[in-house]
Amino acid sequence: MPFREGPLGDLKVPLTWTAAVALIVAVVIAVAFLLADRRETLQQQAYGVTRQTVDTVSKPVSGVIAAPGRWTGLGVDFASSYFFTASENRRLKAELKEMRGYRDQYLAEVDKNDRYRSLLGLRTDPPIPMVAARVVSDSRGPFANTRLADAGAEKGVLVGNPVMNERGLVGRVVGVANGASRVLLLTDIASRTPVMIDRTNARAILTGDGGPNPKLEYLRGADPIKEGDRVVTSGDGGVVPRGLPVGAAVKGLDGRWRVVLFADDTAIDYVRILLFKDFAQLADQKALLTRNLPPVTTEDPNVSILGPAAGAKPPPPAAATPTTAPATTAPKPVAPAVTTAAPKPATPKPATPKPATPRPATAQPRAATPRATVPTAPQPPGGGV
Amino acid sequence: MTMGGARPLHPGRWLGVPLLISVLATVVFAAPIRIYGLQLPEPVFAMVPAFAWALIRPSILAPFALLFLGLFLDVFWGGATGLWGLSLLVAYATALAGRNMMTGQSRPIMWAWFSGVTGVAMIAGFLFTMLDSLAMPSLLAVFWQFLVTALLFPFAHRLIDRFEDADVRFR
Repeated sequence: MPFREGPLGDLKVPLTWTAAVALIVAVVIAVAFLLADRRETLQQQAYGVTRQTVDTVSKPVSGVIAAPGRWTGLGVDFASSYFFTASENRRLKAELKEMRGYRDQYLAEVDKNDRYRSLLGLRTDPPIPMVAARVVSDSRGPFANTRLADAGAEKGVLVGNPVMNERGLVGRVVGVANGASRVLLLTDIASRTPVMIDRTNARAILTGDGGPNPKLEYLRGADPIKEGDRVVTSGDGGVVPRGLPVGAAVKGLDGRWRVVLFADDTAIDYVRILLFKDFAQLADQKALLTRNLPPVTTEDPNVSILGPAAGAKPPPPAAATPTTAPATTAPKPVAPAVTTAAPKPATPKPATPKPATPRPATAQPRAATPRATVPTAPQPPGGGV
Repeated sequence: MTMGGARPLHPGRWLGVPLLISVLATVVFAAPIRIYGLQLPEPVFAMVPAFAWALIRPSILAPFALLFLGLFLDVFWGGATGLWGLSLLVAYATALAGRNMMTGQSRPIMWAWFSGVTGVAMIAGFLFTMLDSLAMPSLLAVFWQFLVTALLFPFAHRLIDRFEDADVRFR
């Protein structure tokens, strides 16, 4: 039954008012979305299923749309290389002459570096595996600077992975879907990258603002930078490896130091995603977090570490009683007799004695002293943690 | 009263089709093309329906269509979710409020109005981004996007012309 023929058919509502109410409801929904947004975090779950789905669908669609543009670029490259071959040849010859000198220097330095490394027994960073990907869409507005690359979770890409092209750093992965990953560019307003000036080692934070040249903020040190200085990643924070080329320093029109990105010199269609894991990520965090700590030891001024320690070593079963028993039963007279006369209350928390039991039992001579003092330990158990 | 000869305008025609065209144009202009260091501009195509829908007539569906369009822009461009939804709705509200002043004006004046409404959307986006990211976007980048979006007025004019008088109930 059509609405107009129903019982509410004669209901008349002013259209302007209902439109205004609809507008307000839509605004409220938009505000809620904006407040709930967490796109710049390094957490996979912050990216959301909706974005993953849109990325997965966008990849083939944008890939098809981008293809003519890519072909045009290739055609233009071919044409320009055809017309400018002679001048390019001259330039390349001059460059080759210069590079020969650098090559000899490089080989000598590599040799020296290898020797130093073997002498010092230095443990260097492992090589970083990479995944090549093609960019299928690119947003360049003032409020979002991202790219969609056609490699995703199936190739082991993770949120936080740095992304480069052949000249320099492009950005980092902020979202991964199956077959696609979203790259937050260095120029995005939410992008913050720890960098350093190659010449002076001065640290700074590269901060995007939606424009083509991100700012250098929190630049430290006296006279740390000059025009044309090379800017590389510092590796601080562990998200990006140290030493990736970023760009060259320039003074902006607003008087702030900015960076002309090396990555802008080349075509934007191919990138490399570095499957980088920081040392902190490689370490076994579970093993590091186990609370199997040594017992809380308090130095007893009356007992010498060297002399009577061996003599004062009580047999393991006797020691086990004061450590475990006081926690559950009344204070035993054994323990106070060993150390102090004050009938200190049994250690209120069983947390410290618990790990203490197995350790001293393995005949650690040093543990003899603490074992005797455990019942008198006035410190809170938390002090050992 | 019967609706026999009235032929009410179907929402799919004046809301659905422009929405789809805006989405398609956005996807096309997001193609990663750079020739001699120059890239495609990135106009906000959704500003065309945001302006035109308000002028064609007040509607209950239009704000939700704009919200959908804004959310699509945010997700597709990888921006903060809700940013463009809110900015477009602010622009729509501005156009709706000034609707009586705009209707019947000449083309240049309408273009000025469109630029003004686009400016309101860009300022809204600028402020919301500042609140969301706690950083100031580049004014030059904002101005550049405003400029290329303001050039889209002919499309908005065409949309208004096509549907302003299309529904006899709103004549």
